Amino acid sequence: MALSTRRRLLAGSALFGVAAAFPAAARTIAGAMPWNPNEAYPPSPVLPGRYLFFRPEEAAAVDALVARLVPNDELGPGAKEAGVTTFIDRQLAGPYGGHDWLYMQGPFPANPLPSQGLQSPVVPRDGYRQGLAALAEYCRSTYSGKVFADLPPAEQDKVLTGLEKGEVKIKDGRAFFDLLLANTMEGFFSDPIYGGNRDMVGWKLVGFPGTRYDYRDVMAKPNQPYTLPPVAIGGQPAWGNR
Amino acid sequence: MVRRLPPKDVVIVGLGWTGSILALELARAGLEVVALERGPWRDTATDFNIGTTPDELRYSIRHELFLRPRQETVTMRNTPDQLALPIRRWGSFLPGNGVGGAGVHWNGQTWRFLPNDFKIRSNTIARYGDKALPDGNHIQDWPVTYEELEPYYDRFEYVAGISGKAGNLKGATQPGGNPFEGARAREYPTKPLTQGYAQDLFTKAATERGLHPFPRPSANISEPYTNPYGCRMAPCTFCGFCERFGCANYSKSSPQTCVLPALMREPLFEARTECEVTKVNLSGDGKHATGVTYVDSQGQEWEQPGELVILCAFSFFNVRLMLLSGIGQPYDRDRDEGVVGRNYAYQSAGGSTAFFENVNFNPFAAAGSLGAAVDDYNSDNFDHTNLGFVGGASITCAYTNGRPILYRPVPPGTPTWGSAWKRAVKDNYQKVTSVGAQGSVMSYRDCFLDLDPTYKDPLGRPLLRMTFDYKNNERKLSDWMSDRCDEIIRAMGAKTTQKTPIRGPWSVIPYQTTHNTGGAIMGDDPKTSALNRYLQSWDVPNVFVMGASAFPQNAGYNPTGTVGALTYWALDAIRDRYLKSPGPLVQA
Repeated sequence: MALSTRRRLLAGSALFGVAAAFPAAARTIAGAMPWNPNEAYPPSPVLPGRYLFFRPEEAAAVDALVARLVPNDELGPGAKEAGVTTFIDRQLAGPYGGHDWLYMQGPFPANPLPSQGLQSPVVPRDGYRQGLAALAEYCRSTYSGKVFADLPPAEQDKVLTGLEKGEVKIKDGRAFFDLLLANTMEGFFSDPIYGGNRDMVGWKLVGFPGTRYDYRDVMAKPNQPYTLPPVAIGGQPAWGNR
Repeated sequence: MVRRLPPKDVVIVGLGWTGSILALELARAGLEVVALERGPWRDTATDFNIGTTPDELRYSIRHELFLRPRQETVTMRNTPDQLALPIRRWGSFLPGNGVGGAGVHWNGQTWRFLPNDFKIRSNTIARYGDKALPDGNHIQDWPVTYEELEPYYDRFEYVAGISGKAGNLKGATQPGGNPFEGARAREYPTKPLTQGYAQDLFTKAATERGLHPFPRPSANISEPYTNPYGCRMAPCTFCGFCERFGCANYSKSSPQTCVLPALMREPLFEARTECEVTKVNLSGDGKHATGVTYVDSQGQEWEQPGELVILCAFSFFNVRLMLLSGIGQPYDRDRDEGVVGRNYAYQSAGGSTAFFENVNFNPFAAAGSLGAAVDDYNSDNFDHTNLGFVGGASITCAYTNGRPILYRPVPPGTPTWGSAWKRAVKDNYQKVTSVGAQGSVMSYRDCFLDLDPTYKDPLGRPLLRMTFDYKNNERKLSDWMSDRCDEIIRAMGAKTTQKTPIRGPWSVIPYQTTHNTGGAIMGDDPKTSALNRYLQSWDVPNVFVMGASAFPQNAGYNPTGTVGALTYWALDAIRDRYLKSPGPLVQA
């Protein structure tokens, strides 16, 4: 054993030596699993209340927009009733809103390949601020001073269809539509702890049981309807004050 | 100012599957081992609590467990004449970060490559002639055979507790298993997972078509198990939160579940997290590594001397560290010379999706490796004459999850929003299944990794640049496999199906697979490989490089089983031969 005989004898003291020389900037872990009972990193529940990012007129517009994307209809509540506006607001106020985890160093060339994905310096917070302002401007000039929330549902759908097809010409209109649609679906189908999917209405729509975590009974009896109601990280309304 | 630390015998860069296995085994062999991990510490009890793990937004959509592109990403272009741009948000693949690496959030499909995969160049030429090889290819035989790796596949499978059914025990075909697999010495350590309704339909239809279905080998395990390190696992409950998530149930094999509980008790081992290795330091002549330099989370630079340096990062980052450190000659595509960055490959895909009536597939009752598969169209298990491609695919009917932010199948032509969309989402959630092909990708002169000339990481070091697209060989394979998948799913009773072959250039946007291979490949010739057959650098013999970066090209399977086998193969070479006489294990 050429490498280690010398230091093996000193292993214990060498460990302490390193630990002493090593500041607390990073973590040194040795000797045992560094685990403490009941230590976990849960998400912080979103509490309803005033908006953290949206201005009142922006929140009214988002309410109206998401209400058309996922309407309240005979199949159940829509995105507005599910709290999606609050969900988006809280997401924008957090690290997602600034693309804090993404690579955002330039340069940002003007004509990236479609296969190269996200190449815009506009972060979601700016996407909403600019997109909602441009939409309000478009509606005012097209519908004699009215904003999106003032329009009848059929006209609202026309505007949304135009945004999706790129026929409503506002700056970065298609990107704004894609962002809004993606966030709406996230809010409608994510765990209610993030402020949307209130009463698990999104999960009930499709029949997703949420966080039940044990489906061995389903595997044992294939091709049967699943009848238990969904459960979320915060539990279930019937279980208490949620 | 760089501060110098006391030396260690072994410095391991990256504490995922390969790093934790080597750390445990080398510490037990009496060596002082330090593992440097740039991400955070993670353990099951703390980080993957059962009350908070099933959270699609946090883990799957916002990517909490993955490497943050802000810290490091790769730049990408499809062809060498294009301008590469950074992947700003992960999509097509999801590199891991932190202790456990991608072994935390994988699905757990744990295959052995077929004997032919290791000899694909010479076998293809022998059977079909050398004109059968695609234009511009760099296909190479592996420097190891299946038979040599078999005991090491076995070791990894028993550490990971893999659930499956043998199809070939010592040459004797076993009913219910994969008859095409290479001979294995013994059964899987745990019985196969229970399969669901869609898999039952698939198995019946495939059998009727003369194919040979079997349950896919799974690291989501079927029954209680204690592995050779004394780590205990519990049966999978089909929660449907595997890929992109840590397992709270000790049911999915991972470094956390299978290795770390034993490793952390080794007195000669120490892990340092949030420490990013920036460089392997070399002696003046460049032929010997003296240790590594790393930066901790407060920006302090440290030098960690060591006598043996083992790169155990994700494939891209092994390659990048070699390029940044000057280990091996960088690959130059124009001159077709050099080795580091050569033979980047990926995974091809195809399949067919079908909408059924009056069924309850219950897609949420799932596991990352739940699935029934056939291997009749993989590797060279079928006649390629006049097909126009080499390679093959494993074909599977599977559910990994039914998580509704991403899993909301609707028929083609459905609006993306509004009441009609809502109706379609509700009506189809239970009714859709698919048969998918996971295909090989060959290696080519034009598919490679090098350093980007423009984009840098926060420490000012060049990002890795990827040049990759699917070639005609892989596109033909995908078309052909999609037809086979469609035949099977129609035999399952589907009336309307939609084939999903590769179309258009490879894109970073939709998730495809995190099976990024090559760039620091193993081989018999130092002119065409960065590593010898023991994963040892030809140029700097006290540097070993683990992981899928060593694959000469990729097979029609998930890579982790082979990565695990190569790790134990290299371990034996290091422990039994290298330590007794440090130096090159193969003479160039």
